[in-house]
Amino acid sequence: MTARSTGAGGDVMAFRHALKRGSFELDVDVQIPAKGITGLFGESGSGKTTLLRCIAGLEKSAAHAGPPAHKRGVGYVFQEPQLFPHMDVRGNIEFGMRRSDSARVDMRQVVEMLGLDEMLDRDTRGLSGGEAQRVAIAAVLLRSPDLVLMDEPLASLDQRRKDELLPYLDRLHDELSVPMVYVSHSIDEVSRLCDHLLLIEDGKIVAAGELHELLARLDIPMLWGRNAGTVIDANPENYDSDYDLTQFRFSGGQLHVPGHFGSDTPNLRLRIAASDVSICRSQPSETTILNVLPARVDAIHESGPSSDMVRLAMGDDFLVAQVTRRSVARLGLKAGDEVFAQVKSVTVRH
Amino acid sequence: MMDAASEATNFGPFWLSVQLASVTTVVLILAGTPIAWWLSRTASRWKPVAQAVVAMPIVLPPTVLGFYLLILLGPHGAIGSWWVEMTGSALTFSFTGLVIASCIYSLPFAVQPMQNAFESLPLQTLEFAWTQGASKLDAFFAVAVPMSVRGFIGAAVLSFAHTLGEFGVVLMVGGNIPGETRVVSIAIYDHVETLNYGAAHRMSLLLLAFAFVVLLGMYVINRRWSTR
Repeated sequence: MTARSTGAGGDVMAFRHALKRGSFELDVDVQIPAKGITGLFGESGSGKTTLLRCIAGLEKSAAHAGPPAHKRGVGYVFQEPQLFPHMDVRGNIEFGMRRSDSARVDMRQVVEMLGLDEMLDRDTRGLSGGEAQRVAIAAVLLRSPDLVLMDEPLASLDQRRKDELLPYLDRLHDELSVPMVYVSHSIDEVSRLCDHLLLIEDGKIVAAGELHELLARLDIPMLWGRNAGTVIDANPENYDSDYDLTQFRFSGGQLHVPGHFGSDTPNLRLRIAASDVSICRSQPSETTILNVLPARVDAIHESGPSSDMVRLAMGDDFLVAQVTRRSVARLGLKAGDEVFAQVKSVTVRH
Repeated sequence: MMDAASEATNFGPFWLSVQLASVTTVVLILAGTPIAWWLSRTASRWKPVAQAVVAMPIVLPPTVLGFYLLILLGPHGAIGSWWVEMTGSALTFSFTGLVIASCIYSLPFAVQPMQNAFESLPLQTLEFAWTQGASKLDAFFAVAVPMSVRGFIGAAVLSFAHTLGEFGVVLMVGGNIPGETRVVSIAIYDHVETLNYGAAHRMSLLLLAFAFVVLLGMYVINRRWSTR
């Protein structure tokens, strides 16, 4: 069931869904902001797709039956684009528009945003996977839904096609107001695209919250290991063409990142994986690591038999570092300590 | 229904056959589509039973089918007596009776190609149509039907051709009334019985050529479709 209401934190959408299938049980009761992109992150088999299908009204066995799928105003982008083979690109896009009573989304804007101008009269059978997915996304958006569900829209594409499609998704995020739920098992994808995050495990939502805040939490086992890492918002300041490095400023200082990022693209999102952060008691004088920043130990949390997660505060932002417990003991780290963070690698959403 | 002149030129039984096959095909596509759709989508435990019933005309000798239909459609049969009450005329030995018999006789040839086509439709494509605002009925006509054109063509051609070629059921239910139930297969049999081989030849050859052209047409269309 989907209800839209206004609460203290602005408009929210509430979902309550339950379903039992064999040994799997979905039981979800959660609210998400009615704007921006909410990531639904979990391993395969955790119930991500089942939850989406419940929201869309495609699960007949769901406990809280609601209106039929065509009356829900919920658009669905499938992992494999499901275009109608007997229609051209335009026909596919107009299918939903003709069946929608509102036209809140401008066709030209969406067609231009997804780079479909030249493709409208093409047969759908000749499209590449990425092109077909862009057509499907346009068709869903132009149906003017109240909510768009995207079920790993990149999963069936190879890396090249993924890189090709991702910038289009960035634009959707920046330019459209329709709320979206974006399913992925890639923490990089959700870190890049989403504003809000739901973590799902065994059919239950284990955590929900604003992306930056949630990623900085240490007590969620799903966010340990290879999924551990935080995002910070930063502005590009200077470009050093001799070394092809851009200097970013964020609340906690400066970061140098390979590549050219112009000041025309403010507020870029940087992702720093916990495995790329190490901690020093004193400022290392001779190191190949470019980014060494003063930080304060904010919290330490066990994350395995031999490893700890350490959260470092720098300005208003946080980094997390995944380190061995032995190192924590050897350095005698505790909350409140002033240390230096060495950052080995930064991913920029551009 | 047929004038004596066309009967004399041997075209009468031929056209009657074409008429019967056309009406039967239209009725079967309309009636067979919901059956095929249900069979393709259902998870009911009655599905095998329904499938067996639909497929029975394939294995039953036409005389068995014709025999039961004769009893059922006869003036004292369950359907036949009701029909007499409603219309005042009998179903057996009438064109309408032939249409009913042909529909049952050719049912599997209409249902199975459509069912196969519906079964090969990806469910997600339909789900996409629903989430794009199409009701189930709307999605059926706007998506499922156009995506199953080949199944419909196959069903139409096979029901038409199969009805054209029927003999036993027609003989049992319809008899041999010129212009009403004397279809081409009966006429050919008649001509052979009376040793009028010339007439039998002309009709058989016509049917042979017609059957070839229809089937050729279907396979050509199928090929175009699959190589597109």
